[in-house]
Amino acid sequence: MIDKIMPSIELAIAGIKDGAVIMIGGFGQAGTPFNLVQALVEQGAQGLTVISNSISQAAPLVENRRVRKLIASFPIWVDRTRPNPLDEQVPTGRIELVMMPQGTLAEAIRAAGAGISAFYTPTGAGTFIEEGKEKMVFNGKECLLELAIKADVALVKAYKGDRMGNLVYRMTARNFNPLMAVAAEFTIAEVEEIVDVGKLDPEIIVTPGIFVDRVVKAPKRGEWIYRKEG
Amino acid sequence: MKAGLSRELIALRAAKELSEGMYVNLGIGLPTLVSQFIPEGMEVTLHAENGVLGYGSITTEDSEMDIDLVNAGLQPVTLRPGASFFNHADSFAMIRGGHIDLAILGGYQVSEKGDLANWTTSLEKVGAVGGAMDLACGVKRVVVLMQHVTASGEARIVRHCTYPLTAREVVNTIITDLAVIEVVKEGLIVKEIAPGWTPEEVQAVTEPELIIAPNLKEIAL
Repeated sequence: MIDKIMPSIELAIAGIKDGAVIMIGGFGQAGTPFNLVQALVEQGAQGLTVISNSISQAAPLVENRRVRKLIASFPIWVDRTRPNPLDEQVPTGRIELVMMPQGTLAEAIRAAGAGISAFYTPTGAGTFIEEGKEKMVFNGKECLLELAIKADVALVKAYKGDRMGNLVYRMTARNFNPLMAVAAEFTIAEVEEIVDVGKLDPEIIVTPGIFVDRVVKAPKRGEWIYRKEG
Repeated sequence: MKAGLSRELIALRAAKELSEGMYVNLGIGLPTLVSQFIPEGMEVTLHAENGVLGYGSITTEDSEMDIDLVNAGLQPVTLRPGASFFNHADSFAMIRGGHIDLAILGGYQVSEKGDLANWTTSLEKVGAVGGAMDLACGVKRVVVLMQHVTASGEARIVRHCTYPLTAREVVNTIITDLAVIEVVKEGLIVKEIAPGWTPEEVQAVTEPELIIAPNLKEIAL
C-alpha cells in the first residue's frame, strides 16, 4: 500500500543534507510551509541553496545562517521597516543573492519540472537581469536565454492531502507550490488536513501524488502583516 | 509650488483608462487605489500575480479577511462572483503571454522613449524586482502613475532613466499630478493638464521636450 503520510514534522524533514538545493513554496504568508521550514532549521542542514519567491519563506533559514545562496524575486519584506537579514549577509558575501523576475522564476521552475532545460523570454532584456545571458531576437523582440531551475527537495504547503500524495490548495495559497512539487527530486508537503483516499474529487486535485513523496499534517500558521494603502 | 492632483485624483483619472470587459493588473501602492474607482456597473476583472482573477476590493473587515486570500501587495481582498485561482506559472502566462489588457503601475522615472524604472533607485542595496519586469514587458498596455517630480523637485520624466531599468520602450501613458502624457514614436504628447497649470509650467519640470496636443484639455475626472 502506498503511504506517504509521516507521523511527525521531524520525520517528514529528515534526511536533508548539507548543501542541498531547497525550494520553498508560498507568497507572503499564504501557502508558506512554516512548519517544515522551522523543522529544517532544527534539523540543522547547512550551506543550503534556497529558491523561494520572497524573504518570507527563507527568513528562518537565513537568520540562522543556513543559506549559502538565495534565488528569489522579492527578497525584502513588504513592510520595509522589518529587519532583513540579507542586508547584512549579502554585502559581506555570506549569501549569494540571485534576484529573478517573478515570472521568469515561476517559468524556470515550471520548465525544470517539465524536463525543459532553458527558454527565451523578453522579460529583463535591457536591464541588469541580462548580464551574462545569451540573447536572441524573436519577432523583433530581444529575448534572454533563461535556464530551468530544479531542486533536490521542495517544501510545499497544501490545504488537504491524502496518503497517495494528492494535494489541493486553498485560494492564493496555491502560488508556487504546485510548480515546486513538480520541479524537485523529492517533495515534502505539509497539509492542514489529511483525508482518506478517494475523498478528494479527482476533478479538482491540483498536484497528483506522483509529484509528492511525503505528506505531514501540521497546524496552519501565519498572522496578518498586511498594510493599508501607502 | 502650487498643487497638482492629489493621489486620490490621480487614481480617479487613471480609472478613466478602464473599459468594460478588461482584464487589469494594478501595481502595488498608488495603482492599488484605482480599484476603489472602477465605474459603477462596469465589469473589469482584476488580476493579481499571486494567482487570482476577479478579486474585489481591499478589505479590513475581520469577517472578510482570510490569510489565504491576498493581492500581490499582501493586502487582504474580497472575491467577486466568477473569480478563479491558479498557480504562479499560469498567472504569469496571463501576463507574459499578453492576455492582460492593461497594467497600471507605479514609476520612479519614465524616459521619452517609454523606458520604465519603477523597482529600485539603486542596485547597491537589496531590492525586489517582483513581477515588475514581467508586467512591463508582457501586458498589452502600460499606464504609469507617479508624481511629476521627486520630493527634491527633480523631473521624473527624463531623456534617459538614471535609475535601474524595469523594461525598455513599454510605457504607453503617463498620468501624473500635473498631466496626462501619451508616449508615441514622435515623443511625448501632453493630452491633458492639471487645473491651474500651463503647458510651459509643466515643461519646466519635465526633462524632454513635450509635444502639446492641439486639443489640449484640462484633466477632467
